[in-house]
Amino acid sequence: MKARAVVVAVATSLLLATGPLHAEYGDVVLNKRSDREGVRPVVFPHWFHRIRFRCKVCHQELGFEMRAGANEVLMSDIIDGRFCGMCHNGRVAWGPERCDLCHSGLPGLAPGIVGGAQTSGPGRW
Amino acid sequence: MGAAPATGPSPWLPLEKDGLHDPRGPGLGQLQQPAEALAPLPRDTAGNLVRWVQALESGAIEPRAALLPGTTVRTLDQDIIVSKFGSMPAVKFPHRQHTLWLDCANCHDKLFKAVAGANTFSMTRILNGEQCGLCHGAVAFPLTECNRCHSVPNASLRRRSAP
Repeated sequence: MKARAVVVAVATSLLLATGPLHAEYGDVVLNKRSDREGVRPVVFPHWFHRIRFRCKVCHQELGFEMRAGANEVLMSDIIDGRFCGMCHNGRVAWGPERCDLCHSGLPGLAPGIVGGAQTSGPGRW
Repeated sequence: MGAAPATGPSPWLPLEKDGLHDPRGPGLGQLQQPAEALAPLPRDTAGNLVRWVQALESGAIEPRAALLPGTTVRTLDQDIIVSKFGSMPAVKFPHRQHTLWLDCANCHDKLFKAVAGANTFSMTRILNGEQCGLCHGAVAFPLTECNRCHSVPNASLRRRSAP
């Protein structure tokens, strides 16, 4: 009886330890340069932004291509008010000096769109 | 489609446990948690677990449609029926729901010609992240939800007389 309880406890803890581990649907990791430059990668949450802005604001007015990885965004662009910097300027949203709020990812993350249901080939999503 | 009962664990992982955010990141504590933002919104069964169009239409969220003063916000209320008489129900593409979020230029003419009937759709390409799959499967509801697009019974469509 005791042994069974131990087995159940171990199984439960394993389940908890390995339990659901997934990014939020539509999260984008930006890490073309971050690791190399010695800062954490950026995690861009679509869910957070679409509550506040429609897709067309960033993908039309701000000029972001719709495919993750298709945009070359440098910190100098953002500081000069382009791309993220159209809002992240200390007026609409926090400014570019708040490094850690955007550069919040685990070092070494592969860039791209994540979240569990993205297509990465025929029949795989 | 009511909100799910508030019992049980949250279906949204906290940021520090999502496998993406660095739990030691000094800015993490200041970021909004998904559960806080998403739990009050109309519940879905896939993606972010949010019915985003319903959230917008019901006023649960009020996302800005433009940032710059000179921007013309374009919308279109027009349905297109495609993929008729195949092995699946036909697809109804509603411009209205799409243009609530997107501008015409997000799809036309890079992804699709702006002429009904001029585009050839392929599920293989869509599953590969092209065409509709650029968004559906990445950020819009995922490709597991076949019947949301394939929603029109072929029997309800009138066949054109044979040429």
